[in-house]
Amino acid sequence: MNINATLLAQAIMFAAFVWFCMKFVWPPIVGALATRQKQIADGLAAADRGKHELELSAKKAAQELHAAKEKASEIIALAEKRASDIVEEAKGAAKVEGDRIITGAKAEIEQEVNRAKEGLRQQVAELAVAGAEKILRREIDAKAHGEMLAAIASEL
Amino acid sequence: MASETLTSSEYIKHHLQNLTCGIQEGHVHCAHDAAEAKALGFWALNVDTFLVSLILGAVFLYFFHRAAKNASAGIPGTLQNFVEWIIEFIDTSVRGSFTAKNDMVAPLALTVFAWVFLMNLMDLIPIDFGPQFVEAMGVSHFKFVPSTDPNATFGMSLSVFALVLYYSFKMKGAGGFFAELAFQPFPKFLLPVNLLLEGVNLIAKPISLALRLFGNMYAGEMIFILIALMGGAWATASLGNVTLFGSQILLSLGWGIFHILIVTLQAFIFMTLTIVYLDMAHQEHH
Repeated sequence: MNINATLLAQAIMFAAFVWFCMKFVWPPIVGALATRQKQIADGLAAADRGKHELELSAKKAAQELHAAKEKASEIIALAEKRASDIVEEAKGAAKVEGDRIITGAKAEIEQEVNRAKEGLRQQVAELAVAGAEKILRREIDAKAHGEMLAAIASEL
Repeated sequence: MASETLTSSEYIKHHLQNLTCGIQEGHVHCAHDAAEAKALGFWALNVDTFLVSLILGAVFLYFFHRAAKNASAGIPGTLQNFVEWIIEFIDTSVRGSFTAKNDMVAPLALTVFAWVFLMNLMDLIPIDFGPQFVEAMGVSHFKFVPSTDPNATFGMSLSVFALVLYYSFKMKGAGGFFAELAFQPFPKFLLPVNLLLEGVNLIAKPISLALRLFGNMYAGEMIFILIALMGGAWATASLGNVTLFGSQILLSLGWGIFHILIVTLQAFIFMTLTIVYLDMAHQEHH
């Protein structure tokens, strides 16, 4: 136990070591440790977030698919309905057109019949008059009988 | 065992003698025994303690500084891993015991732990290697374990004590510090008793801190020396001497292994008490 100036030397050396350690050793290492800790924490958080997002998007994709399917079947149903509507409409229009053509044809036929009747009546009257003329040319006053025949012809 | 001419007591004395050098009558003189060392007075230097502790401190700071310079948040290398392991251990200890905020305490604790550990570790070098080595270079004696020199342990503990006083005054003020010493544990009218108790308590901190480390390492070294003495006469072959030689090897091994624990434990205790004392200095009340 011999205390001498070594005590002071050791104390000064100790102070210098502590100062150096405090200045150049401790902060960079602790800083690196803190940074790494933060990086790992961030990484884990990002991974969690990614996982969550993946779940969400999978759910969303399923929903979208479902919606798309629903929409598709809706569109198909609509198209089918529209197709049958068009067919019905076409049927209706065709029937109307057919009816119109039939009516037109009937009217024409009636007209033709009437015309034919008129023509026939004229010819019959002429024939009758010619016949009667031949008969009466010899016997009776053509004038009196002609009036009578015209009255008969108008009655036809 | 040193040369044959030494008696056991001379051998022990030789091993416990520091290389104390001082300026005497105008030139440097190194003491050869305890009396001469005493005659050099206060202004002498234990060159062995000084050099070894300086080299050990430099080694510690060199490696840690190298790790610190290359420290990155990425994948750490081997050295950085090791340094980070130590630093995390120190940081956990400081966080556990030190409640105030002071950026100096953790680096201080690291320095204390690493330096004391390395100084203690010198005790595991076989007891005669060092002295024989320096003797070959012409130096009469050399103690390789700085922590067996009270100058080294007191140098640290008194520095810590100075910090304790500084922070006590800074945190509590002169009045608060005095109140802590004078007004408890007993009521105010027993002020002298309080002062005596708390004063002794305060003074005991650096002394116990230094003497605990010194005592443990000194005793440990003493036992290494005594074990080394056992096989001293092994050169003359006889059954008894062979047994002694064998026992020396076994005992050295056993004590050496046990000493690994003491080396680490004493460094840890010194560090922990440093943290605790500084924590107490930072506390406003008990």
